Amino acid sequence: MFKAIAYAAAFGLTAAASAAYAQAPNDAQIAHIAYTAGVVDVAAGKQALAKSKDKAVRDFAQEMVRDHTAVNDQALALVKKLGVTPQDNPTSQGLAKGGADELKRLSTLSGAAFDKAYVANEVAYHKTVNGALATVLIPNAKNPELKSLLQTGLKLFKEHQMHAEHLAASLK
Amino acid sequence: MAHRSPLSWGLALVAGAALAAASVSAPALARAAKAPKPHIYPVTIEQMKFSSPPPEIHVGDTIEWINNDIFVHSATAKDKSFDVELQPKQHLWTTFHAVGTYAFYCRYHPGMTGTLVVKAPAR
Repeated sequence: MFKAIAYAAAFGLTAAASAAYAQAPNDAQIAHIAYTAGVVDVAAGKQALAKSKDKAVRDFAQEMVRDHTAVNDQALALVKKLGVTPQDNPTSQGLAKGGADELKRLSTLSGAAFDKAYVANEVAYHKTVNGALATVLIPNAKNPELKSLLQTGLKLFKEHQMHAEHLAASLK
Repeated sequence: MAHRSPLSWGLALVAGAALAAASVSAPALARAAKAPKPHIYPVTIEQMKFSSPPPEIHVGDTIEWINNDIFVHSATAKDKSFDVELQPKQHLWTTFHAVGTYAFYCRYHPGMTGTLVVKAPAR
């Protein structure tokens, strides 16, 4: 669990909520961060589907892949419509690196150990991303459609966090 | 469960085709021909929530499930008597033929819940 929390914190989103963005992120950066956060969780879900045999864990992983893909598809359609090019930034890079590191760490685990580590990380990850959405990304989004999509995403991801927490409790 | 499944028909049609669907589902509605006209009540899913259904509906009435979200949801009875999967922007219908209180939720997002109360046919 400690590792999972450390991983989520290492993403830089917690930092983004406070110091890293002395200057507020612009919409192009926000879109990039939100999209990258989705990509990281889809990759984690696909890894879980490849490795886990637990039905509840697999159902959860499928939910993550399905929902985050849907939100990212909408995000892509929106930036295209708005003519915005998502802009890479240190927070996105931190997310991508953290995601890759976690995939590597989880790849060494199997069975119940994998399930617990995956779900614990999902709890920590959603908590961190939701915090960043609520305190940094949504407040700074200027375009109303982008803001609305992020708000919808936050509602969805809060549900994911609850689901992950229940699942984590059931795996103990 | 002792009574019959309340799910008599559910048609996957594009938005706006509700009335057309009702008209082609004659067998389901024929039983109610002598009773007061059944109603179709919408229950909309938006922003990860079910809208509130009417306080009560009656046997023969239909719920039109409308998914206005951008992700897949379901309207699933806790007692398994109905299970409707809704793609984004899809409408589906469930007609109730048995009195009861039906707690339902979304299979994919279990925090989304609601309750339907189905009473005897209106006279």
